[in-house]
Amino acid sequence: MNHDAYPDNYIRSILNSVKSIAMVGASPVNVRPSYFAFKYLAQRGYDMIPINPGHVGKELLGKPFVASLADVGRPVDMIDIFRNSSHIMPVVEEALTLDPLPKVIWMQLGARDDAAAAKAEAVGIKVVMNRCPKIEYGRLSSEISWMGVNSRTLSSKRAPAPTQGMRLSLNRMSVGGGETAASDRAAKNKTEQS
Amino acid sequence: MSDRLPGFSTLAVHAGAQPDPTTGARATPIYQTTSFVFNDADHAASLFGLQAFGNIYTRIGNPTNAVLEERVAALEGGTAALAVASGHAAQVVVLQQLMQPGDEFIAARKLYGGSINQFTHAFKSFGWNVIWADPDDIASFERAVTPRTKAIFIESIANPAGSITDIEAISTVARKAGVPLIVDNTLASPYLIRPIDHGADIVVHSLTKFLGGHGNSLGGIIVDAGTFDWSTGGKYPMLSEPRPEYHGIRLQETFGNFAFAIACRVLGLRDLGPALSPFNAFMILTGIETLPLRMQKHCDNAKAVAEFLAGHPAVASVSYAGLPSDKYNRLARKYAPKGAGAVFTFSLKGGYDAGVNLVSKLQLFSHLANVGDTRSLVIHPASTTHSQLDDAAKVKSGAGPDVVRLSIGIEDKEDLIADLEQALGA
Repeated sequence: MNHDAYPDNYIRSILNSVKSIAMVGASPVNVRPSYFAFKYLAQRGYDMIPINPGHVGKELLGKPFVASLADVGRPVDMIDIFRNSSHIMPVVEEALTLDPLPKVIWMQLGARDDAAAAKAEAVGIKVVMNRCPKIEYGRLSSEISWMGVNSRTLSSKRAPAPTQGMRLSLNRMSVGGGETAASDRAAKNKTEQS
Repeated sequence: MSDRLPGFSTLAVHAGAQPDPTTGARATPIYQTTSFVFNDADHAASLFGLQAFGNIYTRIGNPTNAVLEERVAALEGGTAALAVASGHAAQVVVLQQLMQPGDEFIAARKLYGGSINQFTHAFKSFGWNVIWADPDDIASFERAVTPRTKAIFIESIANPAGSITDIEAISTVARKAGVPLIVDNTLASPYLIRPIDHGADIVVHSLTKFLGGHGNSLGGIIVDAGTFDWSTGGKYPMLSEPRPEYHGIRLQETFGNFAFAIACRVLGLRDLGPALSPFNAFMILTGIETLPLRMQKHCDNAKAVAEFLAGHPAVASVSYAGLPSDKYNRLARKYAPKGAGAVFTFSLKGGYDAGVNLVSKLQLFSHLANVGDTRSLVIHPASTTHSQLDDAAKVKSGAGPDVVRLSIGIEDKEDLIADLEQALGA
């Protein structure tokens, strides 16, 4: 996979197929991005599992915190890593010991570790880096458009009025003229410099 | 789903718009409301904390305006956009995110006269210091860079003479200086030039001109290219530092490659207040649907009129980058191959008096201070749009006393030429 620019169909197929998501680094602090990404994905119907050894014994929006991926005790479809780039590799290595393996490893906005991605891809796991699943879900469903974000999708069908717990269709037409090749290029340049 | 890629004209009609969820209305409705109800207290708190997608109050966002924002972002190839009340408002909101008192920004000397005034006087009073550079001399931008430089500002096609700016060369200077390049793309519109493809980090427009296109509604817009890294060196604290007004959220960390557009909305528009009326957004959206058709006609007419004027004995010179002999023709062929725009100047052998005489005799051209209308427009910049500049600055910005500016409309070109011919003749 080219990790500088993901085709919409790649992201779409992931968000359409995974059901359970273990979020490593989920925070109970309600102004942290991990908290509101967790909350949004739960509202959109994903089975969310918060992983954070510092908060075991507490709950995040009714879901008990789990100390580590190994402690989840059931298969998870996707691991969403809310850690800095320098802390990605140990999480991926732990994920590779799970049986069954997760189908997807997702690294949050700002996080990228190409070596860790290569290890996961070598065993058939799909990898997404430097993206937010909340933003991507909001973009592909166009729910994010209220804030002037370019969803890079079109649809001539009547839009749904989103309600609590509702899954939204992500199957809109992707557009080329609105591609953000420039921002993908800039992100790549930044990665190469650092 | 295939990732089939629609073209510019399809985006001009469809991007951002979808049949209304409640009524099925196909045209984008005018959501003429100040505010939007919350589902419950938790929903309200999530919206105010920037944690959930949704509408709060029209000074922060409005569903009609959001369609306009997404459409222009799509046409420019940006990640997000923010519509505001005017092009001038867009410039204030952009610089408010970048500048602290005592900071500097470098601006091309060839700009719309209103921008020159805004930068020289209003922004000076905020402690934002403009340093002028010459867009025909790229090294003048390099020389102007100091540790306090926070941005570079240029026009893609520059008012009033329609000169073309070497966006790529200036973007190289900006990248080297570690500051964003802001391009005012009003006179080109994304149909002719997409500055982001040439290295712009932020694009601004007066929507009042070609995008709206009918001379009936004011508006401005800011497009975030998603290309600039705001986190380095604490140079842009509005984006990189925890925001006390939002419980310590860091905008770049939270919103990634559209953080600048969000900063403009939640720190700029929210606190400065220049919101766009949803009615104006609707009028401008309707205009944008025909942008590709209009813009091509504007350019074809402008070229025909420029060629006529270049051959007229009463005309001393014509500045139109679409003419092969023009000094900007090489840049026009590179940056705007579909046409060099429809705003340009010419000077008359008879000087100031001949200019005044011409304006008074024209019958189709309207004498007014706007550009980018379906109607053809004429103005004498030295006595109007550029009148607050001193004589030397007038000449430097291409608005000397003998200069007349035209904005060519989408009428029949034969009628425009006939009108100019009769007015020049006697």
